[in-house]
Formats: sequence, C-alpha cells, structure tokens
Amino acid sequence: MEKTKELQQVEEQFQTFQILDEEGKVVNEEAMPELSDDELKELMTRMVYTRIWDQRAISLNRQGRLGFYAPVAGQEASMIGSQYALEKQDWILPGYRDIPQIHYHGVPLDQAFLWSRGHFKGGQMPEGVRVMMPQIIIGAQITQTAGVAMGLKKNKEDAVAITYTGDGGASQGDFYEGMNFAGAFNSPAIFVVQNNRFAISVPVEQQSAAKTIAQKAVAAGIHGVQVDGMDLLAVYAVTKEARQRGLDGNGPTLIETLTYRYGPHTMAGDDPTRYRTSEEDDEWEKKDPLVRFRKFLEDKNLWSEEDEDKVVEQAKEDIKAAIKKADSVPKQKVTDLIEIMGEELPVNLQEQMEEYKEKESK
Amino acid sequence: MARIITFSEAIKEAMQLAMRKDENVILMGEDVAGGAEVDHLQDDEAWGGVMGVTGGLVQEFGRDRVLDTPIAEAGYIGAAVTNAATGMRPVAELMFNDFIGSCLDEVMNQGAKLRYMFGGKAKVPLTIRTMHGAGFRAAAQHSQSLYGMFTAIPGIKVVVPSTPYDAKGLLLAAIEDDDPVVFFEDKTLYNVNGEVPEGYYTVPLGQGEIKRPGNELTIVGIGKQVQTALEAAEQLTAKGIDAEVVDPRSLSPLDESIILDSVMKTGRLVIVDEANPRCNVATDIAALVADKGFDYLDAPIKRVTAPHCPVPFSPALEDIYLPSAEKILKVVSEMIEDDTTVTM
Repeated sequence: MEKTKELQQVEEQFQTFQILDEEGKVVNEEAMPELSDDELKELMTRMVYTRIWDQRAISLNRQGRLGFYAPVAGQEASMIGSQYALEKQDWILPGYRDIPQIHYHGVPLDQAFLWSRGHFKGGQMPEGVRVMMPQIIIGAQITQTAGVAMGLKKNKEDAVAITYTGDGGASQGDFYEGMNFAGAFNSPAIFVVQNNRFAISVPVEQQSAAKTIAQKAVAAGIHGVQVDGMDLLAVYAVTKEARQRGLDGNGPTLIETLTYRYGPHTMAGDDPTRYRTSEEDDEWEKKDPLVRFRKFLEDKNLWSEEDEDKVVEQAKEDIKAAIKKADSVPKQKVTDLIEIMGEELPVNLQEQMEEYKEKESK
Repeated sequence: MARIITFSEAIKEAMQLAMRKDENVILMGEDVAGGAEVDHLQDDEAWGGVMGVTGGLVQEFGRDRVLDTPIAEAGYIGAAVTNAATGMRPVAELMFNDFIGSCLDEVMNQGAKLRYMFGGKAKVPLTIRTMHGAGFRAAAQHSQSLYGMFTAIPGIKVVVPSTPYDAKGLLLAAIEDDDPVVFFEDKTLYNVNGEVPEGYYTVPLGQGEIKRPGNELTIVGIGKQVQTALEAAEQLTAKGIDAEVVDPRSLSPLDESIILDSVMKTGRLVIVDEANPRCNVATDIAALVADKGFDYLDAPIKRVTAPHCPVPFSPALEDIYLPSAEKILKVVSEMIEDDTTVTM
C-alpha cells in the first residue's frame, strides 16, 4: 500500500517514547520521573518477583496444579510500570494476562491461583480492592472501562479507570467504541494496549494497516502515545501523565506499549516456535526490561546480586505458601455455584439446589 | 376515580420516581434526552427518544443523568454493565431489542455473568429497557420479540409487562433489583391507557397475575398477547367456555405455580406468544406443564405463535402474522372437539 503524504504525516507523529535505552542509560533526562531510591528498588523487586512467579506458574500449570495461565515474561515493565503509576482508588479492568497488575493492586497470590483454577472464591475480590475480573472476551473490558470512568467522573472521585488489552484487542470494534465513548464524556480512562506483536499467532502487521496502534486514538479524538514497553521508567512516566490528564478533566489516553511475550499466548497449547523466528526472540531478549533496569540500578549502586537473590528466594517462598493456601480451600460443589447465582434463588434454581444437595450428601 | 395514564407515561413516571429516590439512577442510550448539546436546541426542547418515552426527564435531571450516547450499542451497553458493577444504577435503553445483535456479548457474557464470576460478590444493578413487538409496520429488523433469548441465559431477569400499572411497578422493581434486568416494552402498547396510582410502588419480579379468572381453560399470554388472550376469553364466554387468562409478567424468574395451579383447575392450556415458535417462551411453558402438570391435562397443550419466519413489512401480512383472538379460538375448538365433556 502506498500511503499518502498526509497519512504518513499523521503516522510519523507517533514516535516511541523512551527513557532508558537497552544498555540502561538514560536517554531522556528531562522526562525522568521523580522516584526515590527505595521506589526504584521496589520496582525492580516487583519485576524480578513477577518473572519468578511466571516461571513457577508455567511449571505448576504443566503439573496440572494450575488451571488457565497466560505467561507474562517479557511484559514486566509494561505491567509493573503502568500499575505503579496508579493509586489505590483507581479501578483496573485487566485482561487475562494482567495478573501482576491486579496482584500489586491488592489481589493476594493465593486468590490469583484460585481464579486460575476457576474456583469461585478466586473471583471474590477483597473489600476495597478496585479490580474487575480478568476479562476473557477480547476487548470487552474496553467499553466497560468507559462505563467505570464515567461513574468516577460523575461521583467526582479522585480516581481513574485503566484497562489492558493486547494488540489483538485493538482490532475489536469495542476498542473504538470504548475510546469514543470515554472521549465523548471526557472521562478519566486509560486504555493500555500491550502490543506484544502477536494475536496468538497473527503478527501485528497483518492485523491492521495502521503503522502504530497509538494513532488509533486520533479517530476517537483522544490522546495517544506509543512507549517502549520494555522500559519501565517510560511506561511509568506516560501512565502517570495519563492519570493526571484524566483527573484534570482533559480526557482519556491511549497508551501503546511496545513489548514482547517470550512464552506462548497461553498454556493451552499454542507453540510460538511455529509462528515466530528465533532471530526475533533473540532480538527482543536484548531489550529485556529486567536486564536494562538492573544495569540502570547497578550503575547507581542500588542493586546487587544479593538483592536479586533475596527477591528470588522470597518469591519462591511466597508462591509455595500461596499454593498451599489455595490447596487448602475446600473444593467447590455444584451447590456452591448455584448459591452464587443470586441473593434470592428463583424456584427453578431452588429445585436444582435440592437435587444437588441430595447428590452431594451421598 | 383512579388516574388513567398511558403505558408510555407509566414507564416515564417509574424512571422519574426512581431518579428522584436515588441519585445513582441514570439514563443512557441513543437519543434518550433527544437533541443533546445541539446549539439551537435548549434542554426544554429535547424530545426524549424516538418514541418520546423519556421526554421531560432531561429537563428535570439534567445532562449528567440523562445521557445521549454515541450510536454504538456495544459501547454504551458495555459501559453500563460496569457502571452498574461499580456503584451506579443505570437504566440503559436499547432502542429496539433487535439491536441486541450488536451487543449480545455485553449482556450475555458480561452483565449476566459478573455476579457468578465474582463468586457471588458483585452486584450488577443494571436495567436495560428495550422495545419489542410486531404490528408497528417496522419490518423484520425492528419488530421482533426476543425475550425468549434472554430467558435462556442464567443471570438475567426478564420482564414483559402488559398493562400500564404493571409497567410502572415492574420497572421500579427492575431498577431496585441488584441483578441485570431486561425490560421489554411492546411499542404498540405505548398509547394504551390504564389505571396507575401516582406514588411509588413495585410489582415483584417473578410474580404472575390472573388477569381474568375462569374454570375451563387457561390462556397464558406474554406481553401484549395478554390483551389478545383477554379478547379471546370474552369471545369464548359467548360460546359457553369459561377461560382464565394468566399473565406471568416476568419470564425470568417465572412464576411456575400460578401457571400450574391454573392448569390444575382448568385442565387445558393455550399459550399465546408472538415470538417465533421454536425455543420460545411458549415452548418453555409447554414443557413446564408437560413436566410438572401432565396429570392435570385433559387435552394437548396448544401454542399460538408467529410462524417461523421474519416479521413481514407488508401491513396485510403483518396482521396475519401476529396471534389473534380468532387463532386462539381455532385452537381451542380443536382441543375441545375430541372432548365429550364440553360442547362448543
């Protein structure tokens, strides 16, 4: 396709925002967010923790001890950096891969494991934790975010609603409808598209003629930014800015994070070696978010091998304890599932309840 | 004498009372204010939707609570679902129930399942008001009656009122309810008059009503077809048959006992449902009675429905398409033909 000059001009406006390069060097000093040394260490801790958790989750899944799991390695900066820019009163509407963000927003590990297993207790969010269920239907969370943000604005809350989807989700009609709705009502919404380059096996170039996903914001009349999704500081900075924009009454923001998932789409059976080359994997591993942030911290004498080992050990211990706790929750029964259908059960469900109670008592 | 207002006015009054009572009740949909933010129109000129049902509400409650949304059903129904789940109590208008094709995911996979997927902890106090029904010369894509589709989905309540009184009370109950309710308004009923008290009252969801008592035959009608059933019952009286007319009012939950008790008394059942005949509510009620009330039956259960084809645009054909008192009388005569205990 030969693009007109006008179209090229629009697309060229969306340049990738970066603060740390692949070597961990600051390339954009004036954009450096104000973070204390302790906060910087905390961010590294969370990324290391998340990677260990991902490795354990994959292994638990292979052992049949975890249900559904969508690997996250490679996307840590995109996930951890954006969540860190939020406040407790903000709502997160995650996709199925976005478990690290909701964990750091207040969902305990053992609960995440129960959710992964499809246990009903996995869905019972703790009081005050503003997290919706990880969305399974691609893109459905986007219009929902517009609805939550509209409510926050109406109630004059000092809060935003943020949602996550992948590059695949950006092809859905819901994607445009959600952005457009939030723009029309000038609601404090943040739409994060974690562009990990593949909708299961379909490369992003085949999904759209648009050069960037960020530019799709233009059609909805909202702010759009493309950011290096392997650069934690850059992701943090743009999310923080988007949050403030929403609170200031200046509307929603679309953030496209350029990232990569090292693993398969989910543990349900896709084989990434069938649709990606090892050259591409290698190229992206050079951009690894942990490697570059580690270098950055080491240069500032804020991170050592000892620090890293401590986090790894802590993560392993926590995961072990969380799995044990999840295992100790009684298995769910059909009557549990009927019970949660409503506060008062209609007659047909009452009958079914009796029927299953009898079966379960045997 | 009690006050007489239309079905449409009763529905508007319910929304008005709910909005006065609870600040979290908001209205959203295409054209519900009607003329949103148009420079040459003032708020007091906004007309309140394609049928004027929400007319006047934006003037009282303002643009913050009566929202004209972009024409994007997935967008605003999706937004309404989580708007409800996070503390508001939205009443979203899906202009025609036929448009559900554009936002079924938001209703079926999202609204209906949130409570369940949150382990019973989430509430989704969302009401979706929607127009249905043939007889308005609105053709195949604006005339269907799709309540059966929603009745089949666990986690959604379904309401189909037949009178102004029920419409007001059921809508207030629907708005109070903490689960998603789809509220069906037959567009040909909007101008029907009826007695409606002025104050706030609710008609409980899941509670049917005998609209006409009788001993020899039960006719269950859905929505507007309750009126057709009443018409048929009058004509049957002239033929010496005493018919009872039952209005379930809610299809989910369904008041099973009011139907079963009636059939126990009469021994005969006709169900009138203008939806297409396969897997519709008439079929569901027939199955209920065959399952739990077979012993009461003196004759086969009969269903009077539309044929299995889209609603015709031709007025002449549309009239033939719909159930009618004549069609009900015909099936009743078939039921009674072989029954020596009754003469007709």
